[in-house]
Amino acid sequence: MLSQILQLLVAGVAQGCVYALVALGFVLIYKATETVNFAQGDVMMLGAFFALTASVTMGWPYWATILFAVLVMAVVGMLTERLVLRPVLGHPSFTVVMITIGVGYVMRGVVTMVPGWGTDTYQIPTPYVDQVWKLGGVILPVQQLMVIVLTAALCGVLYLFFRFTRIGIAMQATSQNQLAAYYMGIPVRRVNMLIWGISAGVAAFAGILLAPATFVHSNMGFIGLKAFPAAVVGGFGSVPGSIVGGLIIGVVEALAGFYLPEGFKDVAAYVVVLIVLLVWPSGIFGETIRKKV
Amino acid sequence: MRFLFKTGYEQDVRLFQHSGQVVSYGLLALLLFSAPWWAGDYVMSQLHFICIYAIVGFGLMMLVGFTGQISLGHAAFLAVGAYTEALMQAAGVPFVISIACSALFAGIAGIIVGLPALRLKGIYLAISTLAFNVIVEEIITRWESLTGGNSGKHLKPVELFGIKLDTDADFYYLCLALTVLCGLACVNLLRSPTGRAFVAIRDSEISASCLGVHLARYKTMSFAFSAALTGVGGALYAHKLAFISPEQFSLLVSIELVTIVILGGIGFLHGAVLGSVFLIVLPQLIAIAKDFLPSGQVPTGLQAVVFGLILILFIIFEPLGLYGRWLKVRTWFQLFPFYRKGMFRRQKSYMKSERLR
Amino acid sequence: MSFFKVEGLGIRFGGVVAVDNVSFEVQRGEVFTIIGPNGAGKTTIFNLIGLLYPASSGRILYEDRELAGLAPHRVAELGIARTFQNIELFEHATVLQNLLIGRHRHRSTSLWQELVFAPAVRRAEVAHREAVEKVIDFLELAKVRDTLVVGLPYGIRKVVELGRALATDPKLLLLDEPSSGLNPEETDDMAFWIEDIKKHLGITVLMVEHDMNLVSRVSDRVLALNMGAAIAEGTPAEVQAHPKVIEAYLGAPV
Repeated sequence: MLSQILQLLVAGVAQGCVYALVALGFVLIYKATETVNFAQGDVMMLGAFFALTASVTMGWPYWATILFAVLVMAVVGMLTERLVLRPVLGHPSFTVVMITIGVGYVMRGVVTMVPGWGTDTYQIPTPYVDQVWKLGGVILPVQQLMVIVLTAALCGVLYLFFRFTRIGIAMQATSQNQLAAYYMGIPVRRVNMLIWGISAGVAAFAGILLAPATFVHSNMGFIGLKAFPAAVVGGFGSVPGSIVGGLIIGVVEALAGFYLPEGFKDVAAYVVVLIVLLVWPSGIFGETIRKKV
Repeated sequence: MRFLFKTGYEQDVRLFQHSGQVVSYGLLALLLFSAPWWAGDYVMSQLHFICIYAIVGFGLMMLVGFTGQISLGHAAFLAVGAYTEALMQAAGVPFVISIACSALFAGIAGIIVGLPALRLKGIYLAISTLAFNVIVEEIITRWESLTGGNSGKHLKPVELFGIKLDTDADFYYLCLALTVLCGLACVNLLRSPTGRAFVAIRDSEISASCLGVHLARYKTMSFAFSAALTGVGGALYAHKLAFISPEQFSLLVSIELVTIVILGGIGFLHGAVLGSVFLIVLPQLIAIAKDFLPSGQVPTGLQAVVFGLILILFIIFEPLGLYGRWLKVRTWFQLFPFYRKGMFRRQKSYMKSERLR
Repeated sequence: MSFFKVEGLGIRFGGVVAVDNVSFEVQRGEVFTIIGPNGAGKTTIFNLIGLLYPASSGRILYEDRELAGLAPHRVAELGIARTFQNIELFEHATVLQNLLIGRHRHRSTSLWQELVFAPAVRRAEVAHREAVEKVIDFLELAKVRDTLVVGLPYGIRKVVELGRALATDPKLLLLDEPSSGLNPEETDDMAFWIEDIKKHLGITVLMVEHDMNLVSRVSDRVLALNMGAAIAEGTPAEVQAHPKVIEAYLGAPV
């Protein structure tokens, strides 16, 4: 029994890490520009496809494909910000959300139209995908453990980046008051572009980590949709919140899939988010939105 | 150029501000009324959909465009309306009552969604409505004894006061009548205190409540009204398709409904109609354009790409939507040659966070 | 029966004591002004009276009735109206619509009547417009009646804000820095209006203000605050000469 729960927990945490990474991408953009990027899941999907191409078509080693996909998506993210979001800088947040939904549609459509990609399902050859680790009586797939370790490593890197670099602090400034940030000499538009790039890179990383579990296909982005409840549960403006939220959703899903009847696993994330919002209207670590008069 | 000189308060309150409006709406009414005579079968079928989506569009516009709330889960209300109608018709309930019940139950669902909305703002509200949609869709799929699950439910044609409305024209007049009634209801609300309270909530909740607007009551009312209208649309939708199943009420449908409102023009009731026309016409245009493609082959992703691109381009270049563009064109003609380019320009604003630590 | 009384009002935000044991009483029909340097807690007191957030301590009594625990819209229904320091108008509505929303507490029609626009609704609408027209005449806003607020200059917006508060037909009017951002002519107009509000409309005015000329001209009594606590109360002349007030604004003599 204990080993079963442990296996479920590890599986849940691993899935939760993927949600956490996608949620992290949302939160980064939200913290910087108060925009919600509904296309984050599709960015993740696109990243996975680029990794697929690098790995299968071009035959590169696994770690090189990760780097390739992350860098390419960072560029895509920056381009998206430059072309699509910069013209609507200052528009009400609802319309900006709709624009990101439009971007998501375009990404999905383009992926299905590209000759080598289309609507099929693919697999990225991953070095550790079939290995297992035996710990006492518990069998833990190495793939899940790798997801957890790599996620933790990435979070560590990002933490150092935001805490100790000037760009990180500049991003916090632009997120609170754009006009003041401009006056302080912060290149707001460039900072926003960079944030989108980082967020897209993180999403690509998440996509590659997710690929062994769900395979690569054009509707992969809908899994990213579950990262929304994750980000909301943790509190939408909070970076540690997105991680915590992702892990909570991942674990609840894993447990629900095993112990509850069929169908509950799919809605578990959404039920959790409604329950959490009932008690904490701004998520667990969230910031209250209140206008100062 | 027309100058409106108002000499009495009555004129301000009237439905048609001047004779020109009476003429143009009259012509439109004539055109729509005579549709069965000049429209072919295919166009009639599309007109059915336009009416249905227009009703839902009115509902969503009142909530999003006039009360400033967000709903990414309106397909759930559509589902409530559709399934209520299907179940009641199967039970032999007369149409007048079943459609009223569709509106009622959808309205109750609206209240259920609206109540938590009182404490939730912005993205939190959006995700809650999204979660509600997914959960409702799942409930419909799992509660097979009631809804037939994935096998769906079939509907017979509408029977109104004993007359079977089984021709295109009959159903069209029903849809048209309901669209006009729903539109009138919205217009009436907007020119009375409730509608003004909605607009107040949209623009500044704090000062609205300091002026005596009971935020909780009016937000819930807005959700309920919006959901009720969507429920009516859902009932008609069920009859139009004659078959409903859970996947017709998914998140993607909710997003389509919101795009109706955005493309049509947020903040204008006409936008709901224009948006639904656009949404129905768009796939036809894409289908026609596909014939011109060199390969002749149909790329599956094209519709998604075009849809996404149009949404993006509209928001960047025409944030006031189709109706906004129509207003600009009309003003250009009315003011000719004095139209100034910056007349409808939005005031540029910088983002200032309203988050408090 | 006292008209409006505040007893021992206090609030802390975390470790910061924003308002510290403030008490005062406003007589019916007078103009009572609260002055003090920036950060003294003046707008916070207004927000507490308007019940935007609850006080940590103290009571607010309006016509001998405790206001604590009421929702902000209930405060408006009792006849207390306020303006905001940073102008909280309804940007995407016309001036007329802004003022009409001010009539909300006098609403007499139900949702169902409004859905069908019953004759009762029509009559009520005409009555509302008549009432609002009186405010428009009083504040000379006729020229901008049908203009969207988003296109109006700051000075006119302040007047619209005042008009919206007047449209609620209040008994007590809370004005938060009515002359901030106005040039001397506009401030003059504002002074006339406040005097007219007191004399002809019979409305009691509780005001927060920085402009000492305006304060001396229109106020009956003044309360001076510093760092959240009351330091002097009396007629404008008394308060302006009070040593503690001078020290708060100009510093202590060396």
